Amino acid sequence: MNFEDKEYKIRVGLAEMLKGGVIMDVINPEQAKIAEQAGAAAVMALERVPADIRADGGVARMADPDIIEGIKKAVSIPVMAKCRIGHFAEAEILQALEVDFIDESEVLTPADYENHINKWTFTVPFVCGCRNLGEALRRVAEGAAMIRTKGEAGTGDVSEAVKHLREINREMKKLTVMSEEDLYRVAKEERSPLTVVRMVAKTGKLPVPNFAAGGVATPADAALVMKLGAEAVFVGSGIFKSSQPEKRARAIVTAVTQYADAKAVAECSRGLGEAMKGISAAEIPEDKLLHVR
Amino acid sequence: MFTALHIGVLALQGDFERHLHHVHLLHAATREVRRGADLDGLDALIIPGGESTTIHKLIDRFAMRDILTGFLKQHPVWGTCAGSILLAREVDDDRITPFGIIDVAVSRNAYGRQVHSFFASVNARLGKNQVILPASFIRAPIVSDPGPDVCVLAEYEGHPVLLEQRDCLISTFHTELHDDPMLTRYFLEKVLVATHGRSDSSAYRSAS
Repeated sequence: MNFEDKEYKIRVGLAEMLKGGVIMDVINPEQAKIAEQAGAAAVMALERVPADIRADGGVARMADPDIIEGIKKAVSIPVMAKCRIGHFAEAEILQALEVDFIDESEVLTPADYENHINKWTFTVPFVCGCRNLGEALRRVAEGAAMIRTKGEAGTGDVSEAVKHLREINREMKKLTVMSEEDLYRVAKEERSPLTVVRMVAKTGKLPVPNFAAGGVATPADAALVMKLGAEAVFVGSGIFKSSQPEKRARAIVTAVTQYADAKAVAECSRGLGEAMKGISAAEIPEDKLLHVR
Repeated sequence: MFTALHIGVLALQGDFERHLHHVHLLHAATREVRRGADLDGLDALIIPGGESTTIHKLIDRFAMRDILTGFLKQHPVWGTCAGSILLAREVDDDRITPFGIIDVAVSRNAYGRQVHSFFASVNARLGKNQVILPASFIRAPIVSDPGPDVCVLAEYEGHPVLLEQRDCLISTFHTELHDDPMLTRYFLEKVLVATHGRSDSSAYRSAS
């Protein structure tokens, strides 16, 4: 664990370059091209979008290498891919395929319910989901170069992402006014290294970029999470499960850049057709929730 | 020394916050540029790293091309990584129409994907000083074929990586990801010289 390591800074550096952008889930080269054309800053190569993973059930795994290769060939923007939590062999395969970023993701079925991947041993940067400050601190300690909210993927319901963003921001603010003794206690309670707790206490921010994910379906959703402090936005099922993916993808990109300008967000929200139907996260039984993984 | 300067950073997408932070450290005023009107009254512009195709698309989507072209012809500009691509004469990607402010050709992602991104200490000549810059090359472009008016300030492994032509500076790497704002200071000094040359400048009045 060395946050001053030059190689680590290179990994966080790519996360910095993605700020202010939209990262879109895609399942084939055609969708990847639509995403790039709409102005996506990166794409996430998947076999199924989260809404389908949720609907189909079964075990969700890393995508077939052919799908990833096809998408890499189709676009020039960075290509991310997901591996299962704790599945470092999938991560090694994704690194060998030279994806630009790995998402160790709760959207896939976890491979290890006790350990996450030791991300310090990889050249490729990792993003991890989190619901609260403790999860964020532990993922950073494990070497994640980017943090995103978990939200509740595949629902089109932004409420969990909002909850996670607010929760993390609130907890970080608290750290900034705490005594050294209280920081020791937080480190103990959150099972996080004191060095990482101190870094956050000093700046009020995570030492890596903090993006939003999970349930973003409209330009207004994207503007909302940006206003709540997200530095970029992942959109999963929200684009290709809507009636007009091209228009919606473009509108969400516009909304992320111009999130502070409600007139611009209003303008880009017109004529997009139907958003994904979605499912209220509150109606999902506890054992089907992805964000508790 | 830089307090009278107003520096804009193009904030459509990319690591604009890191650039804003470095300019802050040097006590110049900053502004995020998200619309053409945001350029009003600025002394100079920084185009950050990010995805050049995305930034290029957003410039056209928000109808900023003409006003940016006008601004860049009359003001100092520094482009890093994606920014250097947008300022070049030609790019190896026909989807990008660069502004042609500096007489070089650029190849995108020329070192390869992220696993080939790297850190290097780059020897650079900044004015009269020879310095070592901490440089992160992230999916970086490679510059070639600089024209006769282009000055190469640093090379790395045989490729020019830091270049200038009059008031335009480009770097294919990122110093803004590191702590020392050395290269930002060099750019602001260029801005100061350029604004001194313009008698109507507020920077000229308050600095003199």
